[in-house]
Amino acid sequence: MAEWKTPEDLKYTENDEWIRVEGDTAKIGLTDYAQDHLSDLVFVELPDVGEVLTKGEAFASVESVKAASDVYAPASGEVIAVNSKLDDAPETINSDPYGEGWFVEIKLSNKAELNDLMDAAAYAKHCAARE
Amino acid sequence: METEKLTELKTGPANGAPEPLEPLIYELGAPGRVGVSLPKTDVPEAELPADLLRADLDLPEVSELDVVRHFVRLSQLNHSIDTGFYPLGSCTMKYNPKLNEDMARLPGFALAHPLQDPTATQGALALMYTLQQWLAEISGMKAVSLQPAAGAQGEFAGILMIRAYHLANGEGHRTKIIVPDSAHGTNPATTAMAGLQVVEIPSDENGDVDLDKLHEVCGDDVAGMMITVPNTLGVFETHIKDIVDAIHGCGGLMYMDGANMNAMLGVAKPADLGFDVMHYNLHKTFSTPHGGGGPGSGPVAAGEKLAPFLPGPVVTVLEEGDDENPPLYGFTMPEQSIGRLKAFWGNFGMMVRAFAYIATYGAQGLRSVTDHAVLNANYIRARLKGVYPMPFDRMCGHEFVCEGHWKDIEGVHALDISKRLMDYGIHPPTNYFPLIVPEALLIEPTETESKEACDRFVEAMLKIAEEARTNPELLHEAPHVTPVGRVDDVLAAKQLVLCCRPIPEHGA
Repeated sequence: MAEWKTPEDLKYTENDEWIRVEGDTAKIGLTDYAQDHLSDLVFVELPDVGEVLTKGEAFASVESVKAASDVYAPASGEVIAVNSKLDDAPETINSDPYGEGWFVEIKLSNKAELNDLMDAAAYAKHCAARE
Repeated sequence: METEKLTELKTGPANGAPEPLEPLIYELGAPGRVGVSLPKTDVPEAELPADLLRADLDLPEVSELDVVRHFVRLSQLNHSIDTGFYPLGSCTMKYNPKLNEDMARLPGFALAHPLQDPTATQGALALMYTLQQWLAEISGMKAVSLQPAAGAQGEFAGILMIRAYHLANGEGHRTKIIVPDSAHGTNPATTAMAGLQVVEIPSDENGDVDLDKLHEVCGDDVAGMMITVPNTLGVFETHIKDIVDAIHGCGGLMYMDGANMNAMLGVAKPADLGFDVMHYNLHKTFSTPHGGGGPGSGPVAAGEKLAPFLPGPVVTVLEEGDDENPPLYGFTMPEQSIGRLKAFWGNFGMMVRAFAYIATYGAQGLRSVTDHAVLNANYIRARLKGVYPMPFDRMCGHEFVCEGHWKDIEGVHALDISKRLMDYGIHPPTNYFPLIVPEALLIEPTETESKEACDRFVEAMLKIAEEARTNPELLHEAPHVTPVGRVDDVLAAKQLVLCCRPIPEHGA
């Protein structure tokens, strides 16, 4: 079966979002497993800078040739940057989910929330268990 | 079909610039050619105001024969229920009896004008009234409105009614609608359109609603729950009574998505299961044409609590009849109606077709529709079991879901199987829905297919499963024998400007 990349420096959710913490801010995106299962992405709807995300609530949506799905916030915080390149090139999420395919950058409002997220090893198991 | 021959055939536009299979209608005809000859007018001619006349409209100039041949040729490039098996799950692509078409074309129905005085259209109103009564009887509900234009609008009506009911009871704080994760996408969309909040709950390993999770979200902020019966996985909720009791227990109301009523006709009444409101899809259950042939029709049926909130107008008896005189029918608004949803009286032509269908079958016949829909689906499910992975090993309703992939075959997907089915002259099943089943193929044969037709489908599916192992390329490049090969669905989804000619500048 296919193997999905799960970089060590990220934290993961059950719903297949990743978060990369850098001090008080963090970037958020969709995992390799998610992009592989959604297949070719054709639209992305992103929040605006200044919007406040609540952990566990939908903040963005993606649409592929198969289906539309919500993307849930892995942590709470205010959006300080949005990857608007995705508007014109949603396929970037397919080609580089952990790099150029990031969705938003937020200012974390409660770092304790990160504790219940999965590490790379746990998430890799979570992916394998669903196959 | 021989493999060698197939691979020689073209695989469609992806391999290079294709020859158009049929020119655009704009490319046919010649300047000045017309397709109609109008009689000399017998009323005084009136000048059209100069500012309303346009010279920039680029209209086709074609004869009647040009038009007939063009559209007949286009129709021959397509798949239809009149030409082949169409197991498109959730859509109920059953055969539409031609008798219904004859009835809808009776001049008294077809030529009636919606603004005619109701005293001059009593026959049409009598038909609507009777259809309302029949749909109420079939569902066990108290009253029916035929207003909604299609299923999604029927859902919207039902949720607005639930909202109106809570507001009328001073319970505006009830803003949550519970929706299972197997739901039709229209359910959460309806909830959002009505300004309410969607609470999604997961399904358990048997494909039923997870009862523990349901109990967790029940509270005094719940307006209601939307659920499809049988659900979108094709299985009848084992604990439907517990679900209804849980929602009623916390003060919410139950909405039933009636898209799958062809698995329940004459067997179970939604009102008996405890539902407060539901919609029908006349175009699915009662065989009025759909899928491009439309329009739909989505009557909404309500029980005691919600009947006063039905959209209107509905047809009622204004004066009772007697032995000498028929009753006088008229349009009235239900007492606390959420209002109008559609201009005039709904999609009347669809009501005539559904009326004809129900009248033809009668009560016993409708029951037998369900028996055969469920039998056909289970027959195919049983024959494909062991060859295609099935997430839920249990009896299904009118449809079932299997998975279009195998653990030991890399790179073959549900989409490839669907495309390959087209080479066998079969319309693909629904792909990638419900979302909770990976590589889902949702298969609904419908009751109108014979055992031979079901067998042909099964044989094709078994053959394709074999091809997936022996010659997967055949699947990846399918379809091979259709007028158009594998299309670029990514481009189709992204490039939304679909216009055959340059769009003129506004005001030019």
